[in-house]
Amino acid sequence: MPRALSITTHNASLGEAPLTPEWHSRTVASETAAHKMSFTAVPTASNSYQLNDSNEVQPLHSLPPPFTTTSSPGQTSSTKLIRQGAEALLYYTHFLSPSLPCALKYRPPKSYRHPILDKRLTRARILAEARVLVRCKREGVSVPAVLGAGWEEGWIAIEWVNGSTVRDAIFGRKTWRQENQASYEGGEKDLVGLMHKIGCAVGKLHQVGVIHGDLTTSNLMLRPTVSGAEGGEEPSATSAATPFDGTITLIDFGLAAQSSQEEDRAVDLYVLERAFGSTHPEVEHLFPEVLKAYGESYKGAKVVLRKLEDVRMRGRKKSMIG
Amino acid sequence: MPIAIGLEGSANKLGVGVIHHAAYPHSSHRSRQDSPLSSSPPPPLKASDGDASLTWPPVRILANLRHTYVSPPGSGFLPKDTAAHHRRWVVRLVKQAMKQADVRIEDIDCVCFTKGPGMGAPLGAVAIAARMLSLLWNKPLVGVNHCVGHIEMGRSITGAENPVVLYVSGGNTQIIAYSAQRYRIFGEALDIAVGNCLDRFARVLNISNDPAPGYNIEQMAKKGNILVELPYAVKGMDVSFSGILARIEELAHRLESSAQGQSEPWKDEDTGEVITREDLCFTLQETVFAMLVEITERAMAHVGAKQVLIVGGVGCNMRLQEMMGMMAAERGGSVYATDERFCIDNGIMIAHAGLLAWGMGFKTGLDESGCTQRFRTDEVWINWRD
Repeated sequence: MPRALSITTHNASLGEAPLTPEWHSRTVASETAAHKMSFTAVPTASNSYQLNDSNEVQPLHSLPPPFTTTSSPGQTSSTKLIRQGAEALLYYTHFLSPSLPCALKYRPPKSYRHPILDKRLTRARILAEARVLVRCKREGVSVPAVLGAGWEEGWIAIEWVNGSTVRDAIFGRKTWRQENQASYEGGEKDLVGLMHKIGCAVGKLHQVGVIHGDLTTSNLMLRPTVSGAEGGEEPSATSAATPFDGTITLIDFGLAAQSSQEEDRAVDLYVLERAFGSTHPEVEHLFPEVLKAYGESYKGAKVVLRKLEDVRMRGRKKSMIG
Repeated sequence: MPIAIGLEGSANKLGVGVIHHAAYPHSSHRSRQDSPLSSSPPPPLKASDGDASLTWPPVRILANLRHTYVSPPGSGFLPKDTAAHHRRWVVRLVKQAMKQADVRIEDIDCVCFTKGPGMGAPLGAVAIAARMLSLLWNKPLVGVNHCVGHIEMGRSITGAENPVVLYVSGGNTQIIAYSAQRYRIFGEALDIAVGNCLDRFARVLNISNDPAPGYNIEQMAKKGNILVELPYAVKGMDVSFSGILARIEELAHRLESSAQGQSEPWKDEDTGEVITREDLCFTLQETVFAMLVEITERAMAHVGAKQVLIVGGVGCNMRLQEMMGMMAAERGGSVYATDERFCIDNGIMIAHAGLLAWGMGFKTGLDESGCTQRFRTDEVWINWRD
């Protein structure tokens, strides 16, 4: 099993580096070895990529092999830049076969960062992300599956998730309500339901020993529930449709870590709370619903909620001290 | 044609500024169809002239004086000594500012002062001076949030209309964006501020506090080139510096002891070169600034902004500005920064922000003119912005 071996080698070298104080680096987890990186890189020349269709992002970076914009002759390219995230470029493409759509997350070198620091961070983050996703998947948390990764080149290929982000869904709620007036039953019931789902999803994540590290409403997806699909969760045919139908799927584990410490969990919740406050001030008053659902989602959750109060005090009250 | 005098003394700088706003808001001028900023390429990185503002309202800086309390190398500024410094200098500075501004007392519309956040004793000393002026001249008081002062001055000087703001100083590290009448804090330091981290590192190496420890670190860092491994602590849009400080202090002690011949010279494992004080300065800057640029980029991606404004004392570090520029360029954005006159604490920013609030009818009664060490940026209602 040479591929698995090569992973272990990388893990070992990562383990040697005194990276422990860094949040993104993680202990060598044995489960990554079990996860086969089923991918052999074919060294093809990477074509420099330019977004053709007008607007927004025009990355100067070319994708690492084997991801290129040009596929075999006659075929049109299916690689599309979706978003320039904080530090990674997110592409929609396919992996191994054209029938397997995937999200390709590429972390190009950052020119502002010292090259040594840059390499160290990129490698640690790709590996940490892969490990965490594999662990979540195995434990039944709703996350996309890892399809492959290249930690030296800075890419990770992840299963494509359909649906919209919670951020967009909240922003689109007003429009949705106008369009679907008939089926909508008053108040903020839909939002409360959404908050509840978010609380449960985060609780489940924490329960399996994973900290997301960057919980914002852009990193929570509403994945449409396929009715009748195997393992599909609550087909919810009975309840009225809301703009927030679907299963909460967590994405972007770029800052994730494996930890079961109350402190880390509480900070994770605090980051989410602040994201609500800054992005959706109009629904911030419903955030306690997230915490309520979270508190009931697993055994140690209550303690974490108490810890959250400490974190809040610390986060809110310091300025000019020390 | 309102004119305000602003008094700032939340840390070791005492600043007095006199500002003049060309016309007063309320009016319809607020929409600027002919704004040169909307379509033309972004203005240069630095505002070359402080006398012309690029955003509404047009401001004129009549005086901007500062006197800094510098503590001896190896020590920081203590509240009581700093307060004594401010008391000693405030009258002289106010007199000089009034003279330089060439305005009469009756021309002044309000006396602005820093309400917080900051160190208690220095804040109090300056607040007393402001109250005295207010009573003596019979002018209304306007209490100003220090952070809002920085942001408004930065916007006015650079013309950045709606930027993501990185506010970095000795006491504060915040990443801020405006939304619905508030400057909302998206991320911040969870423990000590970045400037505090730099200052305290300077103390260990006995780097001079004159003109500022951060400035001297910046100069030394230019001569360093070895990157020593430090922790890197970014969490979402928040950062933490205490672990980095602990580590770099440890390394500084190690360096000092090897320099004194108590141990083997400390060499870089890869190159075999001897590690110097300059290398540590370089390492610290590269690491903490990379963290700051990273959270700024994350905030930009999150709110979809293209502009970054850097304010606060650490903001005049050219290396930080350069790194931020590279990041922004890759995102198709631009960086706005000011020089030390406006980056480092000053009276003019307090006068400016105070006058903006005064123009909307805000006044601070004498009985509520106390100051506070803790005053969050997002507590202020920014009713002068759309």
